[in-house]
Amino acid sequence: MNSRLIGWILGIVILLALPPLMVALGQPYYVDLVRRIMILAIAAISLNLILGYGGLVSFGHAAYIGIGAYAVGILGFYGFFNGWLHLLVAIAASALVALAIGAVSIRTSGIYFIMITLAFTQMLYYLGISLEEYGGDDGMRLKTRSEFPLLDLNDPLTFYYVVLALMLLSIYLVSRIVNSRFGMAIRAAKSNEARALAIGFSPYPYRLAAFVIAGAMGGLAGALLVNHTNYLTPDFMHWTRSGEIMFMVILGGMATAAGPVAGAFAFLLVEDFLSAGAPLRFVREHWQLFLGPLLILSVLFFRRGLAGILAKRDE
Amino acid sequence: MNFALLFEQLLNGLQFGVTLFLMAAGLTLVLGIMNFVNLAHGSLFMVGAYLALAAAQWTGSYVAGVVLGLVLTLVVGMLVEVIALRTLYDRDHLDQVLATFGLILFFNELVAILWGRAALFASAPAFLSGHIDLFTGSTYPKYRMAIIVVGLIVAVLLWYVVTRTRLGMLIRAGATNRTMVSALGVNIRLLYTVVFGVGAALAGLAGLLSGPIYNVQPGMGELVLIQVFVVIVIGGIGSIRGALVGAVIVGVVDTLGRAFLKPLLGTLISPPAAESAGPALASMLIYLLMAAVLFFRPQGLFPARGG
Repeated sequence: MNSRLIGWILGIVILLALPPLMVALGQPYYVDLVRRIMILAIAAISLNLILGYGGLVSFGHAAYIGIGAYAVGILGFYGFFNGWLHLLVAIAASALVALAIGAVSIRTSGIYFIMITLAFTQMLYYLGISLEEYGGDDGMRLKTRSEFPLLDLNDPLTFYYVVLALMLLSIYLVSRIVNSRFGMAIRAAKSNEARALAIGFSPYPYRLAAFVIAGAMGGLAGALLVNHTNYLTPDFMHWTRSGEIMFMVILGGMATAAGPVAGAFAFLLVEDFLSAGAPLRFVREHWQLFLGPLLILSVLFFRRGLAGILAKRDE
Repeated sequence: MNFALLFEQLLNGLQFGVTLFLMAAGLTLVLGIMNFVNLAHGSLFMVGAYLALAAAQWTGSYVAGVVLGLVLTLVVGMLVEVIALRTLYDRDHLDQVLATFGLILFFNELVAILWGRAALFASAPAFLSGHIDLFTGSTYPKYRMAIIVVGLIVAVLLWYVVTRTRLGMLIRAGATNRTMVSALGVNIRLLYTVVFGVGAALAGLAGLLSGPIYNVQPGMGELVLIQVFVVIVIGGIGSIRGALVGAVIVGVVDTLGRAFLKPLLGTLISPPAAESAGPALASMLIYLLMAAVLFFRPQGLFPARGG
């Protein structure tokens, strides 16, 4: 058996065993924390599809999280609580928004692409703030979580396992996509656009399709996140969240299957340690003072991410 | 709507526009010449506002505060360039974005530690308080008028430096082909540091001028930064002229949208609907404008040649 497979099985077993263990230890906080990490890992997995495999430096992935969250929040506001409907609308709406943003921004490249995806996300953030009916700046509490037959998201363990299943499904989906003919085309366009054009295909429709898929998965993450917090706020779309998700992908290792998940865990655990667990009060209060330089150092000296370390040991 | 009000809002738009221009000028040069995405440009805006405020309180003079604030922001900018950013020039944009993102977190927290998280109140100096009479019969705050004048003077100065001096020639050459410039024996690292420092000082100037109009608080620079990105996308990377035109367009469109869109919509659709749609649409206006410009001219209105 190869070490990679062992790693996967080990990781899944740990995640499966974690909730009962933590409840037994009297630490339900960690069930909540890991659930949140896995939700944001889904967003990172989807961003990895376009950023890692497609080379599209999208600085606006929080937009789709926001659209997914607002879809759930607004449906609930008008009394629709059916979870399947929530997921369907969240995914469809974020796919549509991704289609609109992607259609304009994928025509550009480089710095322009970064700035434009950032700017459109900011536009949606302001839109969220100006929607006074749905809480505006302050946001609003959900009347109830999404309702599924047989599954009760109000039960922390059930919700945890739903998120775990969806995260594994996302990993599987993205790995199927990148190993398909479609995925080959995206990766070819990343490594050499001129050659892709020369062998007779235009990267644009492939990139746009990948952008829409990634947006739809981001919408799924948003629908889960708003259920997790039970609170809808425009802060889901804040530009720093886009930066954080991007950082998770880089930290874990771009264009690897497990990288975004490892990155999400590493980033959010460090953040949780600095902001809540650090022994010094000064560190807990001003954790961003330490997180910022950590980010800079890891960009400067840790170029291939966590996956890079593992790959090196394999060699 | 009456003409006096429209004219006043146009001036407000122009004032916002020149503030954006001061930010955009430095950022577009850094983008154009060094091919470097600097998210921390917004932090320099904030640092300028805080330093000028602190210096003014320390010296007791507004003018001394402005001068000290500018000089200190220039120094902070050059230090940041030499310590942290210089090594990132040959990295890809992704690394640059993430590292400067880390810088923003650092600066915001540092400012919060030094001056607290609450918004500080900065006041306009006595000689610029009060109003001047406009030909329309209404009055306009002196301070805002002063910002417009300062912004336009800086624009003319920058135009002169970039198009008529040796330094400007190097900057333009660097934006066109930096490898060639360095092959011709120009100390490109020094040029980078100087341009970065001047860009930082301009961002600081924008910040300290904005102090008495907006709140001085941690994170104040990021909102402006993203609007400045819109300006640069509209104007074209690396072009001072594009930055000026883009900034004035964005400033005027944003200000007029916020002032007149709601009443205007109210005449078309029902007033309650306009009540909610007006502000929403107004806040999206400049981004929609950006999308339109991109659709018709993906390289912006005034792209720097070869950039």
